[in-house]
Parts: sequence; structure tokens; C-alpha cells
Amino acid sequence: MVQLLFFYFALVVIGLGLRIVTCKNPVHSVLLMLLLFFHMAGLYLLLNAEFLAAVQVIVYAGAILVLYLFVLFLVNLREEIKMSPFVQKGKWAGLVAALALLITFLRGVFNFTLGPHGQYTIEKVQQITHTKAMGEAIYTTYILPFEIAGLILLVAVIGGLALAKKEDKGA
Amino acid sequence: MIPGTYLPTEYLPILIMLLFATGFGVVTLWVGRFFRLRRPYAEKLIAYESGNPPSAPPRFRFSIKFYLIAILFVVFDVEAIFLYPWALVYDKIGIFAVVEMFLFIFLLLVGYAYAWRKEALEWER
Repeated sequence: MVQLLFFYFALVVIGLGLRIVTCKNPVHSVLLMLLLFFHMAGLYLLLNAEFLAAVQVIVYAGAILVLYLFVLFLVNLREEIKMSPFVQKGKWAGLVAALALLITFLRGVFNFTLGPHGQYTIEKVQQITHTKAMGEAIYTTYILPFEIAGLILLVAVIGGLALAKKEDKGA
Repeated sequence: MIPGTYLPTEYLPILIMLLFATGFGVVTLWVGRFFRLRRPYAEKLIAYESGNPPSAPPRFRFSIKFYLIAILFVVFDVEAIFLYPWALVYDKIGIFAVVEMFLFIFLLLVGYAYAWRKEALEWER
């Protein structure tokens, strides 16, 4: 049953991912991505990561997708639809990047061993709940990445405003 | 316990609700095909009542103002998400957690102040 569910989620994620990048209409891509995010949340649930599953739905499906849609509306879509969906320029650079990503993934797959790793076993996570376990990890061990995340958000605000905001006359 | 050997059964109600919600939309629209009449004619296909016929293709370039609002929303959404695990553990970690969270909020407050000063929150026409 668990395997069945996992294969369902995994296959749908892969299939939708392929469909999204080959889709000619970018708006359809975004809508399929909504479905993809929900299936990702399902995968997170199978991994006991309840908080991540909820965040996946709230932040990705709720907020980041809106951002994608606005980006789509900002570019002129009518010409994009007529174009071939695959980028022709920089094909080799793309291939190298894809291969590097594949090697990273494969290394992860082959180095994977079953069983508990580190301090947070599944029993512990279930006992203190995933959100609490994650909070403990973030706010003690991983403070620096957390503050860097804050800095990146700040950069996003300032960068977005600096690029997109019309300068006032005078003031 | 090994991941992938048991089910998060406490989420079954949510799965059922999702299935029902999707099913309701799909089934009502699909079943309706067998009952509703479909006799289109030219007058019926024009815009309903006082609706105007489209004067331009609907996919024109949107104003960047919408994007600004969207990116501000995403940033502060993510900030709020980080508060959830923090609210659960700050009493355990103590003053240290409070300081680091206030540092985080301060960083975003700088962004907020910048947005305010740049009048990104005003809706100019």
C-alpha cells in the first residue's frame, strides 16, 4: 500500500514535470504545476514531513505559483506560444548542467542507506511532532542558514523593488 | 521504524476531503453533459446581457505593479511560515531563540521599511 502510494505520487510528479516543460501553453504549465505541488506534498507526507507538506501547499501552491503566473503575464505570451518550447541557444551548457544535476542525484541515490540517520529518528519525530523537531533543528543547529534565508528574502524585496519600482519625481 | 513502511493514517481525512472536492467538480461538470441542452445559435453565443465583446486579446502585458505586490506577499508569507516552528520551540531554547528570531524579523523589517519608503505599498495609477 505504501509502495503503491509512493509510486503513484512519484510517477505523477515525474509525468507532470515532463508535461510542464513540454507544454506549449505556459498557463497550462502553471496549472499543471499546481497539481504537481500537491503530489509533492503527498510525497513529503509519506516521509513523515508533515510541516513540509503543509508548507508545500501553503507557500508553493498558494504564493509562489501566483508569482509564476505574474511572471507569465509580464512577458508577452503570444509570441512565446508560437515558439518551440525548448531553448535552442545554449544547448550544450544546458546539457552539462543537466548531467551535473543527474550525477549529483545518482550519488545521492547510491550513497543512500536504509535505517535511522542522526539525532532525529522517526520515533522521535513522531513523538515530538515534525514541526517541533524541525524548529529545534533550525533554531539551534542551523541558525546561520536561517538568518541567511532572511537575508535572501531581504535581497528579494530590495532587488524586486529596485528593478520594478518607478522612481518618484523629486521625493 | 523505516520510512516507507507505514502510512501517515492521520492524514486520511484530508485525502478523502481532497478526493471529494476534486470529484465534486469533475463529476458535476461531467454528469451535467448528459442532461443539459446544447443548442447554440449566434445570439446565444454573444456576451451575456450587458457584457461587452472583447475589444483586445486578453493576454496583454500586465502592469508590473501586480508583480511587486506578489513578490512582497511571497516574502512575508515565507517569513510567517518560519514563525510556526519557532513558536513551538522558543520556550525550550530560551532567550537565544528570541534574539535570533528578532534578528530575522529585523532583516525583513528593513525590507518592509524600504518598500514603505519606495511607496511600493501605495497603489498609484
